[in-house]
Amino acid sequence: MTCITPPAKKIWWKEPIEKAELMWIGIVVVWGLILTLMMPLWHIYGDQNLSNETYRTTPERFQAKTQEMVDQYTVRTEGERQFPVVAPPVGSDVYMVARLWDWWPILELKEGQSYRIHLTSMDWNHGFSLQPVNLNIQVLPGYEHVFTVTPNKTGEYAIICNEFCGIGHHNMVGKIHVVN
Amino acid sequence: MSDSNNFRTCPDTGLLLHKPAVSLMQAYAVAAVVFLLIGGTMGLGVGLTRWPEVHLLGAQDFYKTLTGHGINVLIFWIIFFEMAVLAFASSTVLRCRMATPKLSWVAFFMMVIGAAMNNYAVWELNSAVMMTSYAPMPAHWSFYLGLILFAVGALINCFIFLGTLIIAKKEKTYEGSIPLVTFGALTACIIAIFTIASGALILLPTLLWQLGLIANIDAGVYRLIWWAFGHSSQQINVAAHVSIWYLVATIMFGAKPLSEKVSRFAFLLYIAVLQIASAHHLLVDPGVSAEWKIFNTSYAMYLAVMASMVHGVTVPGAMEAAQRARGYNNGLFEWLRKAPWRNPTFSSIMISLFGFGFLGGISGVMMGTEQLNLIIHNTVYVPGHFHATVVLGTTMAFMGITYWLVPILFRRELILKKLCAMQPYVFGIGMAGVALFMMGAGTLGVPRRHWDTSFTDTAFPYEFASSALSMMSLNGLSVVLAVIGGAMFCLLIVGSLLFGKKLGENEKCSEPLIVDAVTEEQYAALHKSNSNSIPGTLALAGIFFISFALYYFINWKYLAQTWGLS
Repeated sequence: MTCITPPAKKIWWKEPIEKAELMWIGIVVVWGLILTLMMPLWHIYGDQNLSNETYRTTPERFQAKTQEMVDQYTVRTEGERQFPVVAPPVGSDVYMVARLWDWWPILELKEGQSYRIHLTSMDWNHGFSLQPVNLNIQVLPGYEHVFTVTPNKTGEYAIICNEFCGIGHHNMVGKIHVVN
Repeated sequence: MSDSNNFRTCPDTGLLLHKPAVSLMQAYAVAAVVFLLIGGTMGLGVGLTRWPEVHLLGAQDFYKTLTGHGINVLIFWIIFFEMAVLAFASSTVLRCRMATPKLSWVAFFMMVIGAAMNNYAVWELNSAVMMTSYAPMPAHWSFYLGLILFAVGALINCFIFLGTLIIAKKEKTYEGSIPLVTFGALTACIIAIFTIASGALILLPTLLWQLGLIANIDAGVYRLIWWAFGHSSQQINVAAHVSIWYLVATIMFGAKPLSEKVSRFAFLLYIAVLQIASAHHLLVDPGVSAEWKIFNTSYAMYLAVMASMVHGVTVPGAMEAAQRARGYNNGLFEWLRKAPWRNPTFSSIMISLFGFGFLGGISGVMMGTEQLNLIIHNTVYVPGHFHATVVLGTTMAFMGITYWLVPILFRRELILKKLCAMQPYVFGIGMAGVALFMMGAGTLGVPRRHWDTSFTDTAFPYEFASSALSMMSLNGLSVVLAVIGGAMFCLLIVGSLLFGKKLGENEKCSEPLIVDAVTEEQYAALHKSNSNSIPGTLALAGIFFISFALYYFINWKYLAQTWGLS
């Protein structure tokens, strides 16, 4: 009897299982439970959990809200294209636009403080990839995703796009400053 | 068997071969190798472009090459080969005529036309949208139509497989239950039907959208349904290559399954709660809740992972028990040391088993954990992972069984047997390097599907850690090695078909192709002398489990050091 012939015993599902195999299955089942439980446990005890909060939006509506924030809290501009650098109040709602091929505007956040980031795409899928922190979030058009971030170290951070979005994809890099 | 002229008996294996099925297996396997050659060559272009010091292709060509690479190897090579596997596991293993071989030829040509159409769309109609073609990024309508044609062809073959099972049952070509290898192929077939239905559900509306008949495709819904297709198709591969693992345990060692019940139940787990397999690709998406992600990514309890962990022990376990019953019963590993490591079928399968388990399996669970996905999503860790599962796991298993099938199906000896013996190691070491170095670079944040990680033309350039870029260089070197191994495979197989020594219908191959089955008496004697017939496999499983658990908790620690997120 082999793997390419029918089972030796017609009633094969009543055959006993060898101890060694049973022991391994036991380990595997317990490990499966641990893997599953770690996720809800991290929601209770961990500090890195992605929020569920999402709204439907349109590019026009989202652009208007972002513009309002930019008009109110821009502190300076940066780069050849004069990107606004926005320093929003601690704890406020902060808007970030992903579009072909920019992250707009640049943010200036305070270390150890929390901000509610609103994120959407104006066109296709994009990938919010904060470096070198290495936090990665998918950005979809039509969905306004709201989550809270708490920067834990000062410095200059890059947002690179890690979802392919056409020929300019590799030039889509934004910035976040974290200051004291 | 009404038409016995249509059959021949393989002099090497005793298998009863239905001639129309053999012609089809030949056609599907050759088409598969052609697409492996095309897709593999594109892989070289991708690897050399992502090697920072080489940076071979321009941006436009790179994105086209990357799209073509993914589709040609991940879809066309693998699914063409799976069509041959389905025919073998039904008609050949069950010693039965194949249902409607002519219809399978129709399906074959649909698949060839579909594959050609899709490639044309990518290269000539500017549809560099990656394999995933996430709407609303548009591709030319023929991109989707090509995939649909290909998928319908595959679907037809799934039903022919089921038809063949029915014929075998009716004509009583076997008694009792179907053999384990056929059972595994049946699970692959059932998953394939679900997969293709999901593909139709998303690709048809997308095609209509590109033809202007539908106004809008929702980006989130597209991802949800596309991954029911995209992920489940990987589940087909796993079921297919695990079936081949069992097949090789039998042909190399005359092994029987340790327990029919355990192995079959593990196959069934692959089918269980399949429809929510898309979840772990959406772990950092908006619009789906944490509860949905946790429940569905773990298939309620990581059922597919558990199934693979079981096969990962029962396959080498079956080999070990057979070897020990034959007399290689000393120490923990004599059974493994005395295995035919120079036989390319065996060595490919062992690399497949270890690569899939240690590299592919462990990294897959990291990515499939809701919060850990935050530090992995869309980095090159992801292609690192699936080069371990799909290439080391599936492709190596398919390559290994091809060496065995050439004399059986084509009646030709392999050429240059020393090179054949080396090929799995060259390809396997190269591909293990590809998987590991991409995972390493991904851990440091390097994005996937990205033309220029040195950001030379960017308004706000970012500099990756030099270790991250060196990993990408090492990845490039590994790509070169793997491509050499892949090219060796294509040349050796095509060379054998053209120039291999011809074997007459009743002439035996110079080397035995199948080992006599271990007898029940031999197994009984083993059980008398050994209380545990698989100590070596359990030791290996212990090492696997410890590496798995350590790496898992290291990743949680790494996650805990990043910004707070809620």
